[in-house]
Amino acid sequence: MTNTTDDDKEVEDLEITLLLEGMFKRYGYDFRDYSMAHLRRRLRYRLESSSLPDMGAMLHLVLHDRSFFELLLRDLSINVTEMFRDPDIYLMIRNEIVPRLKTWPFVKIWHAGCATGEEVYSMAILLHEEGLLERCQIYATDFNQIALKKAKAGIFPLDQVRKFTSNYQKSGGRESFSDYYTADNDSVILKNWLKTRIVFADHNLVTDSVFSEMQLVVCRNVLIYFNRDLQERIFQTFYDSLCPGGFLWLGSKESLKLSAIGKRFEALFPDEKIYKRAL
Amino acid sequence: MTTTMKRPPYEAVVIGVSAGGMHALRAILPSLPEKFPMPVVVVQHRGPEDDGFFAQYLDQRCAVQVKEAEEKEEAAPGMVYLAPANYHLLLEDDRTFSLTMESRVRFARPSIDVLFESAADVYGSRLIGIVLTGANDDGSRGLAAIKKRGGLAIVQDPASAEVATMPRAALQAAEVDFVLPLTTIGPFLANLCKE
Repeated sequence: MTNTTDDDKEVEDLEITLLLEGMFKRYGYDFRDYSMAHLRRRLRYRLESSSLPDMGAMLHLVLHDRSFFELLLRDLSINVTEMFRDPDIYLMIRNEIVPRLKTWPFVKIWHAGCATGEEVYSMAILLHEEGLLERCQIYATDFNQIALKKAKAGIFPLDQVRKFTSNYQKSGGRESFSDYYTADNDSVILKNWLKTRIVFADHNLVTDSVFSEMQLVVCRNVLIYFNRDLQERIFQTFYDSLCPGGFLWLGSKESLKLSAIGKRFEALFPDEKIYKRAL
Repeated sequence: MTTTMKRPPYEAVVIGVSAGGMHALRAILPSLPEKFPMPVVVVQHRGPEDDGFFAQYLDQRCAVQVKEAEEKEEAAPGMVYLAPANYHLLLEDDRTFSLTMESRVRFARPSIDVLFESAADVYGSRLIGIVLTGANDDGSRGLAAIKKRGGLAIVQDPASAEVATMPRAALQAAEVDFVLPLTTIGPFLANLCKE
């Protein structure tokens, strides 16, 4: 890395800006309002791994080589997730939010940035056990088509099943977690019926518009990668996507606290990051 | 701001610590005056399930305020921020914090290198980086990045460290400005802003 002076940093920042602009104009993926610190890290990682001299060279490559762009797309999307992640919050959803959802005749749930789908299936299991799944439609969206393909398949590595099972139990699971999958040598295959109320769709939070009128929007650990302006825009999207009195569930470290639109939500369970759109 | 406070040529302090960190931070942070003129940002390695107790514990024993860093919060003087468990902590150009769930860097999340490298980008030569006790080599690469940008590098004297591996690795990786025994690091920082 030749990152030694303020001057060098200025040039690198400019190159990154051009790179992001190029990716947007050429491929339609918009990372221009992502967290700069996060972008620098991920792009420098790619620079080192592909032995490129500088970001300028990377710009050239990305414009001329679609497979390199796809590599970069993978670098820039973080898909860390697990079934029933933060089980105590799933318990709260089960005990506090599901009874409220039941007051609607039909419930639409948007899981924005669903990555490889673990948390979507968790929600389906929870709703099934609470007798609500049949009245629900779950939209699970992500811009990363590789992740989305995995989500649709519903097949996960066997070595994670212990963690998933323990999370499931802590989340107030009423059955045996093994009822929901079949296992082969190295993977668990979730039962197909879990998918009947889920629609997986390619949707980019940054560039695509409002989805539909939802009772619950789930978007966890996606917004942390965005800068403040983009966060504000996405919060607006969520507000517009929710019916009055609908719920927004964010990641454990995400919050509406510093956001201007936060005033139009009620912090229903602020520690669990569950908000309610004002009526 | 009292009249005896001088503005040091630095704008922020980053500290990386692993095994033995509880004791080391207890030895350093209480030395800082209430109006310490820079933010202090700390990565202490800990388990993914760890709650915010450690910040509370330190806060009760320090004149400066100690808390866990929040997403998009601005790093302010007179504050000590701890990286929350299971997230990487980064600084943005506008001096706000970002959290990421990017995979572990050399087995650690939060990673010291991740914080140090992002802080070096933001503060350049106006940054102090400190590597304390620990049983791995996290922080070495980050401290080297701070030096590359002209910042000040301090390493705890391995002889005074509960576990010497991490300070030793940092001494090998970067041209360090000061090697200080644990007990003098706090006073050293406090003196930076005294007349």
